[in-house]
Amino acid sequence: MSTALESPAPARSRKARRSAGNTAPTAPTGPRENPFARSGAMLVMGVFTLYFLVPIWWLLVAASKSSSQFTSTNPLWFADMSIVQNIGDLVAYRDGVYFRWLLNSVFYAGAGALLATVIAGMCGYALAKYRFPGREVIFNVVLGGVLVPATALALPLFLIFSQVNLTNTYWAVFLPSLVSPFGVYLARIYAAASVPDELIEAARLDGAGEVRTFFTVAVRLMFPALVTVFLFQFVAIWNNFFLPLIMLRDEALFPVTLGLYSWNSQVNQIPELRGYVLIGALLSIIPLIITFLLLQRFWRNGLGTGSVK
Amino acid sequence: MRMNKRAATVALLSVAAVGLAGCSSADSSPDSSGDAAAAVGDCAPSTGKVDLTFTSWIPGMEDVVAVWNEQNPDIQVAVQTGPNGNGGTYQNFFNQLKAGNAPDLGQIEYDALPNFRVQDGLMDLAACDGVLDAQEDFVDWTWGQVNFGEADAVYAIPQDSGPMAMFYRADLFEANNIAIPTTWAEYATAAEQVRATGGYITNFSQSDINQFAGLVWQAGGTWFQNDGTDWTVDLTSAESTKVADYWQDLVDRDLVSVNPPWTTEWDNAYNTGSDWTWNSAAWGANSIMSGAPDTAGKWAVAPSPQWEAGDAASGNWGGSSTAVFKGSEHPYEAAQFALWLNTSDESLTLLNKSANLYPAAKSGLELPVLKEGVAFYGDQPIYDVFAEASGQVSADFVWGPTMTQTYNDVSDGFKAAVSGQGTLSEALATGQDSTIAALEAQAIPVKK
Repeated sequence: MSTALESPAPARSRKARRSAGNTAPTAPTGPRENPFARSGAMLVMGVFTLYFLVPIWWLLVAASKSSSQFTSTNPLWFADMSIVQNIGDLVAYRDGVYFRWLLNSVFYAGAGALLATVIAGMCGYALAKYRFPGREVIFNVVLGGVLVPATALALPLFLIFSQVNLTNTYWAVFLPSLVSPFGVYLARIYAAASVPDELIEAARLDGAGEVRTFFTVAVRLMFPALVTVFLFQFVAIWNNFFLPLIMLRDEALFPVTLGLYSWNSQVNQIPELRGYVLIGALLSIIPLIITFLLLQRFWRNGLGTGSVK
Repeated sequence: MRMNKRAATVALLSVAAVGLAGCSSADSSPDSSGDAAAAVGDCAPSTGKVDLTFTSWIPGMEDVVAVWNEQNPDIQVAVQTGPNGNGGTYQNFFNQLKAGNAPDLGQIEYDALPNFRVQDGLMDLAACDGVLDAQEDFVDWTWGQVNFGEADAVYAIPQDSGPMAMFYRADLFEANNIAIPTTWAEYATAAEQVRATGGYITNFSQSDINQFAGLVWQAGGTWFQNDGTDWTVDLTSAESTKVADYWQDLVDRDLVSVNPPWTTEWDNAYNTGSDWTWNSAAWGANSIMSGAPDTAGKWAVAPSPQWEAGDAASGNWGGSSTAVFKGSEHPYEAAQFALWLNTSDESLTLLNKSANLYPAAKSGLELPVLKEGVAFYGDQPIYDVFAEASGQVSADFVWGPTMTQTYNDVSDGFKAAVSGQGTLSEALATGQDSTIAALEAQAIPVKK
């Protein structure tokens, strides 16, 4: 069962790799391509690529300018290169508080996503492989959780955390980040499809406990799904802005999104902050890019997970 | 399976225990703080060392507070921060007031104070030693912003202010032989002359309604009044309508540019010399400096144009206060800190340096740093103009309890008006209706 399910995926991706250079996704029918469909598809993709990349290009250009050139030169082309100077200013401003924020973000997103993945993986595995009363009810509640936007939960969470005096601490952002209903859903679907009951049975017969079976057998089989959950959760925590905004008051605890937002909200009256916001925003996307480059192979596999059953 | 059931039961019980523990601790804390609040109703000093929390979004506030902490080992203040008020900090204050963990002190802009007052979030500091006497230390109108016209109440200590004057391109006016306008009528005439050279006399701010309110303030109008219980909404007063019609005429005749404020186009219009003047507040000096760096040395500052020749009235744009929140257990110490923060020379100098704050304290207007000539303005000691303007701001302007909503609604109308749909005074009329509706929706009594 596992081979049956896993073998098409690499095959598909090999084919996709091979054909990526010369085949448009809209023309899967035969050897003869319609040149109009092909150039049409390329045009659509080109427009969207431009649409997504221009803001990043703008950011790169803007972050490389000194503040006096920012308003007076072409916004989409470089003036003199002062990006090193700008980074130096950012390091110096308020004792490099920005890098503290960056580290906080890496911690919230990295540790949070890792633990969230473990928890979601265990939940999904348990829901898929154990039979117990209320299993479907629990699963449906978790599914319902996917539909509730995190933003809607921020204020209730604040009031709850206030009661136990945990607002304005690392926990206030970290604990809610450990929950990923979508991760549970994905892990369950994937565990059901990729972890054969026979294998679990065999592990039990060999004397492995349930926890050991999960970590040594199931986790390896579920790995692509777990990487997907990790990436989703990493990005979700990294971009989660509203929860820290509501929870945190101490600048030393801020993630980079909230810190940059705070500065940006005062650009009108303290214009020198604009330069810091620009260079800070540029630097803040680097960790995300690194994470994606390292894990994109798994991400692509994982996205298709459960779509063909 | 029995194992599972037992595990589930244990889990449920532990969740319930945590929940109960949470509830019980929450139940006990309001009682204790309630007692404390009752005890300090007369604002007595606390005994022993006191720790205060202070939320402000001003970068560099820590450095100012560090000076206080060094001088006052028994009253230690911890700074908390966040985005500016409307960017989220006000909402946080309301959340915290609801949760019972508001900071002792918070920064609140004048236009947001009535909202906190209406929601009963502010502590009246009048009973605290030295607070009522401090009235004479502050510019008169700023005190009116924090006591809402009640003689024996003080809901916050004024921090900074934004008296308005006219920034203008001295070089362009001189080169084109155009007189510096001293009245709004002359300003309109100058606008025609400037337009003839290809420029615009200024930019009409279609979305920053605060500036427009400052112009209404200068004209002697007010948008709200409160007689102690009932609110009156007056966006369509004669003064307000007069100001709206004046700018409508300039917009209609294409004598002012209408770039959205605080954008790069807007900066660029000043940087390239296309816009010639800006009717702005003291803190705006730095905005031009950084937005229009190529024009260094070419600017100057003159008093705002007047509605009647010979008048001397000024408006205000911006400014904030330091408030003590309901629930603070140490209002006396909090008030002492707030007074020091906003009147002492060392604090005001630091605040001006780190955040361009223009003080609300009279002594602050005489700070050496505010007496110097500024190179960007041709070495003119520009803050003398603002110090004079500060004394000419009317004390009668009152903000409403739902300013965010009012700003948004008027701004929507203004944006439509500058693109030719409707007029500015119609936008004010719409804002008037929607503000009354918003007040009524919050069960705030409105007089019609």
